[in-house]
Amino acid sequence: MLEVSGLACERGDVRLFSDLEFVLGEGGLLLVQGPNGSGKTSLLRLVAGLSRPAAGSIRWRGEDIAELREGFARELLFIGHANAVKDELSAEENLAIALELCGRAATPAARAQALERIGLAARARLPARYLSQGQKRRVALARLCLAAEVPLWILDEPFAALDARALEGVVELVDGHLARGGAVILTSHQEVAIAAPVRYAIALGI
Amino acid sequence: MLGGLNTIIARDLRLSMRRRGDVLNHLVFFVIVVTLFPLGVGPEPALLRTMAPGILWVAALLAAMLSLQRLFAADFADGTLEQMLISAHPLGVIVVGKTIAHWLLSGLPLTLLAPILGLQFDLPQKALGVLTLSLAIGTPVLSLIGGVGAALTLGVRGGGVLLALLVLPLYVPVLIFGTGGVGAVLSGMSPSAHLSLLGACLAISCVVGPLATGAALRLACD
Repeated sequence: MLEVSGLACERGDVRLFSDLEFVLGEGGLLLVQGPNGSGKTSLLRLVAGLSRPAAGSIRWRGEDIAELREGFARELLFIGHANAVKDELSAEENLAIALELCGRAATPAARAQALERIGLAARARLPARYLSQGQKRRVALARLCLAAEVPLWILDEPFAALDARALEGVVELVDGHLARGGAVILTSHQEVAIAAPVRYAIALGI
Repeated sequence: MLGGLNTIIARDLRLSMRRRGDVLNHLVFFVIVVTLFPLGVGPEPALLRTMAPGILWVAALLAAMLSLQRLFAADFADGTLEQMLISAHPLGVIVVGKTIAHWLLSGLPLTLLAPILGLQFDLPQKALGVLTLSLAIGTPVLSLIGGVGAALTLGVRGGGVLLALLVLPLYVPVLIFGTGGVGAVLSGMSPSAHLSLLGACLAISCVVGPLATGAALRLACD
């Protein structure tokens, strides 16, 4: 589904990586590893179409993602470092807006179920400013429960700030997505046990 | 596509209702600045009448500009802007939605307040009507052009001053045609030429504004 060839990334004057190639098919998991500052987040943002590569191409089902734009965005779920959670809105409202931005509106019942699955049922109506860092991360990740039909998930440090139980829950969601034939790209500093049918790893900055 | 537009407008309005202080700040600023002039200049009806259009319009420009910094800054800081850039809706729709929400919270209340404040300057009824109409046509231009400035100054240190330097010169045509229309009525002429030109400004900024804002937002997040 996703083909990356000759990819190079520059931040300022520093070349983070060059000539990066990989192909990600159905059910494929790509783990991006490397020390801090090696370009993991930059790679994920390039693939998500948030920034332009210094060289190389990123193709989705044979077409350049820069030309596809919304066509690609509809097939993509990106959860970055920032949670995109508004302090003024409740977990429920945050989830509803995040889903509508992805173009997949869900019924209130489906949203409540997603929040319950991620362990936020009791806090669903509380303004997000009263939530802890880990709970805000869960609000952002609750979208995964309702994004089964989105083929490509790009997750930047999804497990940061999560406790052991929530981590397990997210691993389960990723497992389920891979088993359905979705593709996942993720970065993590933790070792996680994901049962992927096809598994690749890229080590940056080594 | 309309669904995306409604989502963004409803979201921005709801967020503002949860932080009412931010919205009220620039309206109070507008009221106070406009009220200071009659107090400072003195009760000379003829003088006040001539000054009125300029004072009301300049105060409206400054009040609109004060509210611009918030347009994208919060979304930029918490990562929502990234999600908007890779949203299923075209970026143009999102920018237009945010601009409409900004106008509903800044331009529209300014337009509605202006005729009441205009009474302090002894403006005749017909001039008050034209003032309101000119603000109704002109304030959307302020939001549209201001959006470009707000997007360009995202993440820049001292962005507030830079925003003023970028945006205020672009507001000059709106200021000239807006005040010109009211001035024309006061001297017994028809304001239609000024209002038409103001309408032309609106038409141009409707086309150019969202495109330029979108491009600037992509740059800011790169």
